[in-house]
Amino acid sequence: MVMQQLSAIFKRDMLLAFRQRSELLQPILFFVLVIALFPLGVGPGPELLQKMGAGVIWIATLLSALLGLERLFRDDFADGSLEQQMLSDCPLSLYALIKMFSHWLVSIVPVLVVSPLLAVFLNLTVDMYWALVLTLLIGSPLLSLIGGIGVALTVGLRKGGVLLSLLLLPLFVPLLIFATAAVDAAALQLPNTGQLALLAALLLLALGLAPLATAYALKVSQS
Amino acid sequence: MWKWLHPYAKTEKVYGLCQTLLPWFALPALLCLTTGLIWGLAFAPADYQQGDAARIMYIHVPSAILSMSTYAAMAIAALVGMVWQIRTADMAVAAIAPVGAIMTFIALFTGAVWGKPMWGTWWVWDARLTSELILLFMYLGVMALYHAFDDKQQGAKAAGVLALVGVINLPIIHYSVEWWNTLHQGASLMKLGKPSIEADMLWPLLLSLLGFVLTIATLVMLTLQNEIIRRELHRPWVQKLAQGKS
Repeated sequence: MVMQQLSAIFKRDMLLAFRQRSELLQPILFFVLVIALFPLGVGPGPELLQKMGAGVIWIATLLSALLGLERLFRDDFADGSLEQQMLSDCPLSLYALIKMFSHWLVSIVPVLVVSPLLAVFLNLTVDMYWALVLTLLIGSPLLSLIGGIGVALTVGLRKGGVLLSLLLLPLFVPLLIFATAAVDAAALQLPNTGQLALLAALLLLALGLAPLATAYALKVSQS
Repeated sequence: MWKWLHPYAKTEKVYGLCQTLLPWFALPALLCLTTGLIWGLAFAPADYQQGDAARIMYIHVPSAILSMSTYAAMAIAALVGMVWQIRTADMAVAAIAPVGAIMTFIALFTGAVWGKPMWGTWWVWDARLTSELILLFMYLGVMALYHAFDDKQQGAKAAGVLALVGVINLPIIHYSVEWWNTLHQGASLMKLGKPSIEADMLWPLLLSLLGFVLTIATLVMLTLQNEIIRRELHRPWVQKLAQGKS
């Protein structure tokens, strides 16, 4: 019964996302544009770009994830289906988890798809590129998970947008540091399993706690 | 066992408690802070390497230590508010956040002033400086979230959730930046075993640390009282209080 409900929510989210294709494309375009700004801003030197590459890609990922995050619970909150969800027997934390997962699929996985292009833009080596893809794979679900808590806290506010970034960006600091450290280690041909393991540990921790915190935050926002 | 605590879920009781405790904290705070700081800034021996510039530590070290502890206190209040649904604990979260933010700012500012003559720069992206800066952002985030809500009760609960998420994240941030880069000197006071600081300098430092603790407690009680008054304006006891005093 619960599984049925969850898969229905998931299907509806996917359907909504693919009906509005332009909205689906916007975060990717934003992402590519932000990356393209960096060589223009700091100069096109290949070595400099290579050095900054991982950090730039991660920061652009953070920003484009934030763009999509705002919508995570907003529509459900506005049309009252969130309230219905709370009344149903389906646990709210699982509902939150499904919503976060579909956010990840819709607004972060495309980033992974265009990442080879960016590796060329920023002159990354093959080793760095694979390390980057690994960190994005392990680390980017954290953006949706931690982001979900922030969105749930601000969903009832009319002017939530800037506030959301203000709340979330400090929380993303460890993610950024470990991810770029893993890519840097790969650039020097050093083992980077330690940083990747830490990222994975953070992911597991967030996977366990973030849905519960989000559910509680949604209840606070709805009351 | 915990029954004696239950009355303190009422705002009136907490206001009264703050009122009785206030002089017991405010006067010793003034005493400790003035003696500790005058002793440290004027009479304690100068550092053999850094000279008189190191005297700023009598302000910098207590505020830096306590900026973290204040966050812990805020998170405990948030947890109490969340688990037992005690309104006054949520109010305490809102009252502690600005005090903690000010402590963090003092630590950052005095650190920058100390860093200029010693390291030759106001700011470096060092582990402790970065994590202190992020701590400041977390305090500001809690305050911003609280003030964004029109319904203050809801706002205080939301701010509590954020404070708790932050407390899980704080050690992670702390260690991540520590492994990332470091220039700041190691701990000389807060470590196991004997502190690596001369007794002539240790005593004024401990005294001003105690002074800072008491000052923070005083400030928190005052802001909590203000918070209670502001949110309970419609209650008869607040109106009676206002009429009696004015």
